[in-house]
Amino acid sequence: MHPALSVIVFTVASGAGFGLVALTLALELLGGVPGLGATGVLWAVAGGVVLATAGLLASTLHLANPKNAWRAFMRFRSSWLSREAVFSVLFYPVILLYFAGMWTHGATDATAWVYIAAVAALLLAAATVFTTGMIYASLRTIPQWHSALVPANYLLLGVASGAVLLTGIVAISGGGTEAVGQLAVTLVVLGGFGKAVYYYWIGQPQGPSINTALGMTRGRVRLLESGQSAPTFLDREFGYQAPASQLRWLRAVVYLAGFLLPLGMLLGLLATGQAAYAVLAVASMLGGLLVERWLFFAEARHTVNLFYGRQRC
Amino acid sequence: MKLGLVIDMDTCVGCQACVVACKQWNTSGTLGPLTDYTPYGESPGGVAFNRVRSYEVDVFPHSKTVNMPMSCMHCETAECVTVCPTGASYKREEDGIVLVDQDKCMGCNLCAWACPYGARELDEAEGTMKKCTLCVDRIYDELLPEADRQPACVLTCPTGARHFGDFDDPESGVSRLVRERGGQQSLPEMGYNPVNRYLPPRNRPHADQHRGSAPEGLAERLKGWLGLSVNR
Repeated sequence: MHPALSVIVFTVASGAGFGLVALTLALELLGGVPGLGATGVLWAVAGGVVLATAGLLASTLHLANPKNAWRAFMRFRSSWLSREAVFSVLFYPVILLYFAGMWTHGATDATAWVYIAAVAALLLAAATVFTTGMIYASLRTIPQWHSALVPANYLLLGVASGAVLLTGIVAISGGGTEAVGQLAVTLVVLGGFGKAVYYYWIGQPQGPSINTALGMTRGRVRLLESGQSAPTFLDREFGYQAPASQLRWLRAVVYLAGFLLPLGMLLGLLATGQAAYAVLAVASMLGGLLVERWLFFAEARHTVNLFYGRQRC
Repeated sequence: MKLGLVIDMDTCVGCQACVVACKQWNTSGTLGPLTDYTPYGESPGGVAFNRVRSYEVDVFPHSKTVNMPMSCMHCETAECVTVCPTGASYKREEDGIVLVDQDKCMGCNLCAWACPYGARELDEAEGTMKKCTLCVDRIYDELLPEADRQPACVLTCPTGARHFGDFDDPESGVSRLVRERGGQQSLPEMGYNPVNRYLPPRNRPHADQHRGSAPEGLAERLKGWLGLSVNR
């Protein structure tokens, strides 16, 4: 699949943004974010909203006809993309209600409606990231995406990058990073483990073959000619193929920049308490996740490729 | 009704006439235009609803060239329709034809991703998704003579490899062809249940191959030359 920059930026930014919002609100509901006051919590949630909004705006760059984007709310009952659009837009009035409650009452547990707004915002943020993953997981045409591992990875990586961001915010605001740092370490390890399971799972081609595509199951099949003299939409969208050596190299980058380096930086932060470690962890993790998302597309093989001579998807 | 095509892979010669006829009819049809990009440039390309690809099956001397024309299969399980967030993609109740409402499409490409056959192509100039309409603007046109109320690709095929009809009627031409010749679906295991069927090549013995004899040795050839050139 063609790795479109707008979609890569969208999924990484909205995952981290909604992850930050969900994690901050969850900790706040459980009795307060350790090392962060009420103002700090507001800043963390606002930061998450800005990041998620930037991601959602980037996603509209992927549309070829954005003037009809408002229609994307129409097929909630069947389309995961429509569900994502609905949840992401419903999130905004709810989070504004939460901000209003914090403005007037000053604490999440001051009155019932602020508390309910916080719970609803947390659920909508998680639902948005889950539906983003399901857009890909619902496509049976791409065996590398058609798995429960995909939404699981989107949720895990979203909340892990959110935790690293929250640690960064706590560290910069001068609070104690002990508790959030440990939480971030746990989530980064879990996220890395989830991604390793995914890479292991897509290792073997498991989809349909060129033989069933043509109905010629008794002999070898190879493409003689595609009947076209120039690349088409199908080549540009589905025919993208990176060299295997590059894919291996980039997987190493994902493990290193996305998980091992942030892990080391977080451990450094826990040992020394210096905020610079947290900033480096955030930069490394977001960079690593951009590469991870690029690979998510580059390693996906659509069944259209069978008709262009690929033996198996 | 369940309208669709039967394509005979035994008689298709891969001449691309159906590709041209489709483009000619549909570029001014309901989902048209079928935009061309840089038509007079170095690599002219553009939108097409129908593409013919050629394959070699098995290995010489048992090999055979097979041509596979592909357009929308008008699947019964049309996931291109269910993934569409705007409701632009729809499958008609009355005849099963899958169409795209050009006024509603936002060009997100998700339906093209959901189609296993590559039947949908984005018109990058118009920003909307385009696909085969089974010539819906032709098969119901009562101003045309009855024999002409068929898709352009079927009418133009010089070898008669394409057939159009109703698969719900067990006695229709297409239903009979599928029954008699063992019509197959493409990628049946994926479960999209495509309506279009492909008739596999007939099982016929290969033509005899002439096997030449090995050339004679140098001494034999020299003797023969001597016999011709020396006069007694």
